[in-house]
Amino acid sequence: MSDTAEVTRVDAPTRAGALRRVAAERWRWIVLAALFAAACYAPFQLVPFRVFQFTMVLVYAVALLGLNLLVGHAGQISLGHGAFFAVGAYGAAIMLDRFELPYPVTLPIAAAVAFVIGLALGLPAMRLRGLYLALVTLAMAIFLVPLLKRFEEVTGGSMGLTLPKPAPPAWTGLAEDQWLYFLALAVAVAAFLSAYSLMRSRVGRALHAIRDNEAAAETMGVRLSFYKTLAFAWSAMFAGAAGCVYTWVIGFVSPDSFAVTLSITLLAGLVVGGLGSLSGPLLGGLFVMFVPSISQDVNEAAPGVIFGLLIIAVMYVAPTGLAGLTGRAAHSIRKTLRKE
Amino acid sequence: MTGFLQQLVQGLGAGAIYASLALALVLIYQFTGIVNFAQGELAMFSTYLAWQFTAAGMPFWLALALTLAVSFAGGMLIERLVIRPVEGAPELTVVIVTVGLFIFVNAAAGWIWTFLIKDFPNPFPGGALEAGGLRVSYSTLGVLVVVGLVMGLLYLLFQHTRIGLGMRAVATNPDSARLVGIRVGWTLALGWGLAATVGAVSGVLVAPLLFLEPNMMGGVLIYAFAAATLGGFDSPVGAVVGGLIVGVAETLAGAYVGFIGSDLKVGVPLVIILGVLLLRPQGLFGRAAVERA
Repeated sequence: MSDTAEVTRVDAPTRAGALRRVAAERWRWIVLAALFAAACYAPFQLVPFRVFQFTMVLVYAVALLGLNLLVGHAGQISLGHGAFFAVGAYGAAIMLDRFELPYPVTLPIAAAVAFVIGLALGLPAMRLRGLYLALVTLAMAIFLVPLLKRFEEVTGGSMGLTLPKPAPPAWTGLAEDQWLYFLALAVAVAAFLSAYSLMRSRVGRALHAIRDNEAAAETMGVRLSFYKTLAFAWSAMFAGAAGCVYTWVIGFVSPDSFAVTLSITLLAGLVVGGLGSLSGPLLGGLFVMFVPSISQDVNEAAPGVIFGLLIIAVMYVAPTGLAGLTGRAAHSIRKTLRKE
Repeated sequence: MTGFLQQLVQGLGAGAIYASLALALVLIYQFTGIVNFAQGELAMFSTYLAWQFTAAGMPFWLALALTLAVSFAGGMLIERLVIRPVEGAPELTVVIVTVGLFIFVNAAAGWIWTFLIKDFPNPFPGGALEAGGLRVSYSTLGVLVVVGLVMGLLYLLFQHTRIGLGMRAVATNPDSARLVGIRVGWTLALGWGLAATVGAVSGVLVAPLLFLEPNMMGGVLIYAFAAATLGGFDSPVGAVVGGLIVGVAETLAGAYVGFIGSDLKVGVPLVIILGVLLLRPQGLFGRAAVERA
């Protein structure tokens, strides 16, 4: 499902080529429709705890989608996306707690606030190379926790804020965990569709050009700082939206949930899931959710050891991550099918 | 006034520690153009080694010497095994690999030594030197002396030995260095080994002040980054001056700006990094990069 592969595959406009392209496109939609159907069916078959876990997978997937815009598509590094996630989460929590706004309203506001903060921080950081962005974002993520603890009257300090979870409307007949799952699913689908269309637009091509060769992109008339800052703000916006849904689902926010570890885990999940592909964030979300919960039984430190080793291994042998590997596997399966 | 001077001295003591980690960052950056996000974690790991040696009954200074030797070898090994395969790869790849190393080393330390905090022996006597109403604790003095010593040794190495000359040649122009017969690969490994050693010194110095635990260096790393950014990433002198300035700025801000206090001090490096990037991106002592596409 790699977009770059898509670009290189545009061959001469022969009829056979066009047909093959349509078939390939349709294949993709069939898989997506099956996946969506399974996603809608799953919460009726699983126990509430599993439903909760898959809800969190969707939340992480939305955040990773944003990080992917920045790292995978624009080639810039953020070590502080947990901070934007926290902005969304705390934004939603404060709106629910202090202003008692209805929860659907919190999503666009939380996303917009994260976008504006991303824009403001992106402006100075993006004037320079990606390295400095990594520094600034890391410093930001470290600074956030004491900041949240300080403004106690708004954020609840170290104790955090406890909030009521969105109640399922009576007409749906759903249990709470199922309703939260479908809310997260709706946000995730909307996020994937907007990221997909964004990447196929002029903006997406500009970002790819920047990632592959800044100088060449600039020569072709791509305004580097404009697009880089915008990519940063967008990715912050996705992270903010994910954070907002996180607050709905967990019903509790506290500063220590958003320590630097979260930011680094997000980057790890994205790298392992697959940089620059659409399915990468989803696979990364599964990875971030399930690998720690499984490996934690071995040792408290096991998830970190696995994350660290896998990141390095992925960068050496499979830079496109799990998404690239499954894509390659699917490709070879299709090839063998076609031969028969 | 005495109070102010007191804070100043304390700031210099903290700054010396930031300076030593910043020095490690700058050493690697100079040779390989890589910013090593795992530098702090490597220092933390070395500190655990030192703790392990002293816990086994070794006298402190012997344990330190052994730790530095092991760190040097470990740094070289990491360059050979982990960094060499991505040499010349895009910056994104290299940064992600060092972040992977960061996560791995942090977790490995947690696995081996658990996440419980440990007391680290302070190598310096407890008292303080008093002069004119000013109290300078021996531990602050010790930190300053050790960091000064490390700097002096590095200066001698770079300016007055054959190896140092080779290293400077590689930092300036790897291709030309290779043409005159310098083994560039080994020099890079040597640079990593040196950086790991200098980092280990900063870890051992900071451990008695904080507590020894796997996340000990996370905060220090940010100060070191601010120091290196302020001094210029390609200037060892800048790293030391930057470290001292950052340490003093942080201590004074914490003591005299009521709003910042001791809990928001960690915002100081963020402000410094942003400020330097906006006003003088190459830092105080760095060379401005001129890019030719």
